[in-house]
Amino acid sequence: MTVAPEAGTTAAGVPEARTAPAAQSRLGALRLGAPGTPPTWLVIAAVVSAAAASIPLVYLLVRALESGAASIIETLSRGRVLEYASNSLGLAAATTATALVLGTAVAFVLTRVRVPFARTWLLISALPLAVPSYLAGYGWLVAIPSLNGFLPSWLLLTAVTVPYVTLPVAAALRGASGDLEGVARTLGRGPLRAFLVATWPSVRPAAIAGSLLVALYALSDFGLVAMMRFPTLTWGINAAYSASFDRAQAATLALLLVVLALVVVAGERSARRQLPRAAARAVAPRTVGRGMLISLLPVVAVAPLVGVAVPLLGLLTRLLDAATLRAIDVPRLLEAVGSTVGVAVAAALLAVLLALPIAALASRYRGRLITAIESVGYLGHALPGIVVGLSLVFFALAVVPALYQSIVVLVFAYAVLFMPKAIGTMRAGLGDVPPRLVAVARTLGQSPLQAWWRVTVPLALPSVGIGALLVAIATMKELPATLLLRPTGVQTLATELWNRTVVFEFGAAAPYAALLVLVAAVPAVILSGVRSSAKEEL
Amino acid sequence: MRITAPLSLTALAAVGLLLAGCAAGAPTETEQPAEPTADGTFTLYSGRDEALVQPLIDQFEAASGIEVEVRYGNTAELGALLLEEGDATPADVFLSQDAGALGALSQAGLFTALPDDIADAVPAGFTSTDASWVGITGRARVVVYDGDEFTADELPDTIDAYVTDEWNGRIGVAPSNASFQSFVTAQRVLDGEDAAAEWLAALAANDPQIFEGNTPILTAVNEGVVDAGLINHYYWFRAAAEVGAENMRAQLKFLAAGDAGSIVNVTGAGILSPAVDDADALEFVRYLISLDAQTYFVEQTFEYPLVAGVDAPEGLPSLESLVNPELDLSDLDDLATTQQLLADAGLI
Repeated sequence: MTVAPEAGTTAAGVPEARTAPAAQSRLGALRLGAPGTPPTWLVIAAVVSAAAASIPLVYLLVRALESGAASIIETLSRGRVLEYASNSLGLAAATTATALVLGTAVAFVLTRVRVPFARTWLLISALPLAVPSYLAGYGWLVAIPSLNGFLPSWLLLTAVTVPYVTLPVAAALRGASGDLEGVARTLGRGPLRAFLVATWPSVRPAAIAGSLLVALYALSDFGLVAMMRFPTLTWGINAAYSASFDRAQAATLALLLVVLALVVVAGERSARRQLPRAAARAVAPRTVGRGMLISLLPVVAVAPLVGVAVPLLGLLTRLLDAATLRAIDVPRLLEAVGSTVGVAVAAALLAVLLALPIAALASRYRGRLITAIESVGYLGHALPGIVVGLSLVFFALAVVPALYQSIVVLVFAYAVLFMPKAIGTMRAGLGDVPPRLVAVARTLGQSPLQAWWRVTVPLALPSVGIGALLVAIATMKELPATLLLRPTGVQTLATELWNRTVVFEFGAAAPYAALLVLVAAVPAVILSGVRSSAKEEL
Repeated sequence: MRITAPLSLTALAAVGLLLAGCAAGAPTETEQPAEPTADGTFTLYSGRDEALVQPLIDQFEAASGIEVEVRYGNTAELGALLLEEGDATPADVFLSQDAGALGALSQAGLFTALPDDIADAVPAGFTSTDASWVGITGRARVVVYDGDEFTADELPDTIDAYVTDEWNGRIGVAPSNASFQSFVTAQRVLDGEDAAAEWLAALAANDPQIFEGNTPILTAVNEGVVDAGLINHYYWFRAAAEVGAENMRAQLKFLAAGDAGSIVNVTGAGILSPAVDDADALEFVRYLISLDAQTYFVEQTFEYPLVAGVDAPEGLPSLESLVNPELDLSDLDDLATTQQLLADAGLI
């Protein structure tokens, strides 16, 4: 039932060709429940990527263990640590649940209902990705100074992370078949039941993968919870560094965060059931009445409103009160834009390259080793930037001191931090390539390499693009690791913004804030337009 | 792109090495200073903000002809970074926002001893006890209050009065912040352990509004979200410079001289061990306690000068009136006890 790909449609940016192994060896460590054994070179490449992703973990273990078991237990049993941990978990769970429901609802409305300017709405719903959480928190505090605690943290985090669900689900819905839903409706199911029974299974992998990113983001975020005074583990980690300069204590708390992240990753894996992919056929959006459209508007508009419009208005009012609205230093501004874009592009390329073998392995094969590799790949995203930054300081000085405080280590840190944003989407994209198609290509006399180039690459390329864009956006907004690792004197938009807000110079900060959101909005806009697969016929 | 493969491989190798238990080496003992040498440039890690410090650095560069490579960050993160770098640090001088970070680095043996003319320029109580770092400016602990609700006379001038029932839910504090912890340490020295523990228990039972640092407390008081808060005086002047003093809703109340709530925290600088004979670094630290630099801080950041011969900022009580207890501001053993007290009270 699959549609043949358009042979030969390729784009730039294809990963370098790999030679296929002459013979496939069996690896004893792999417990196979999937077709065939993974090629050895792929496993090795994935292990290398996982090793890179495990640097923060190794660092944390070294730092925590050097203080001794007694000290670890003392740290964990101290004061409010358990409260911090339950706050972290609760915030992550609540944010993920609301982002999952809201993101799916928005995606459904924009793809299945005939909405005026649907394309524009999709673009707008991607914009919250471009707003750093600390900026969103700050803008809201200007509007409502008394905000604090769980509720605003939860709602704001949901607003800035919901595109992680909306975009992949919208893309999956454009490719999902609506036929079954129609059948379910004629059998007397209500619209919601019909959707859940017939359509949800085919978009579930995309929704779950997006939800995982939301959960990891919520676990690792410090900027917003600090503003909203909601003490999570990242708050505790920050306090350990800032008051006691106690790296062992901070590492212990960070390891607790790693444990929470592993629970989340395991939860995602069990929720991700491999389903037979339904035949892909786009469904024409239905026309609904004006009253219905108006009642759907809040669903689609709430996240951009909460995550983008209000914070930016808040910043604007601060700007009008400010005394530091000096002449904008244009060369300095442009320099910051240049370095921001530069590191983001480099980080996106490197992260995709590191994530590719892990995604390829996880999309096709099963086994304990593969589970372990994939889980480790996700860890960097669960930790606050300061921890990953310090781990790379530790690593670079031990292994490549010549590269310390160079752009290379900074970009590598971004890749470790944001690799998870590429793993999920690429795993889904590669998993969508029907093995039968590759087999057909082989029987038609193509070499494995030719089959890969003409079948797998064109079909999976969009998901690689999505991964790269997600990494680029995250890199542009990153602050703590950037401050630690950047070459002395290099400024990104995020560091320039921090330089000014930290001394109350809101006027001087405003152009940097505006530009940061604008620059990060570019990949977000492109992202909203990327089709999930080449199979779509819209 | 091409760097990836070697990088990944080194990553793999490194992980193997690390798992084998190869951790960063312990800091070595400070060597005897050799004859200082100058190459016309040095690297500064500044935990103080660019907007405040860069103009002063520009002045220094113009006056001395020495080029300063500055790395800005927040004090806590740069402190952690220096601990992580150890002797491999590219930094020659660390300029810190608080004494705690300087004390931590001093305990780790990362600083080289300063010459007497620098170490003795600042009175005891405002600098290190072992010449490992020198105090540069002072910041008084104050109560910031909502000027729309109170006048200064209506407010109590002892720290004890702010944990009574009357203040339930109305006061903002930052228990995880270094400057708050310095105040608690001072309280322990001045009033005794039991009194400090009682005060913290009373505070914790009084529904305090917990913040992450001085700046958010000031912002909250200025917006009328909380009635009062405990901060360093300096932040108010920074905010007033941005929006105009007349537009500040928040106002400052200095507590009675001798009260633990009125101690003075210091900012300071130290020279890292690898720069033991770096004449440029030494010249910069010496410059920081010169009349020029001290006057700059008074005029630009409204902080207390710590060197004799420079007057305190206008409108501030004199430094002498804010009795500074005889305690080592960077005594980390003391800090650990303070944090235990805070944890016992359920504040951190």
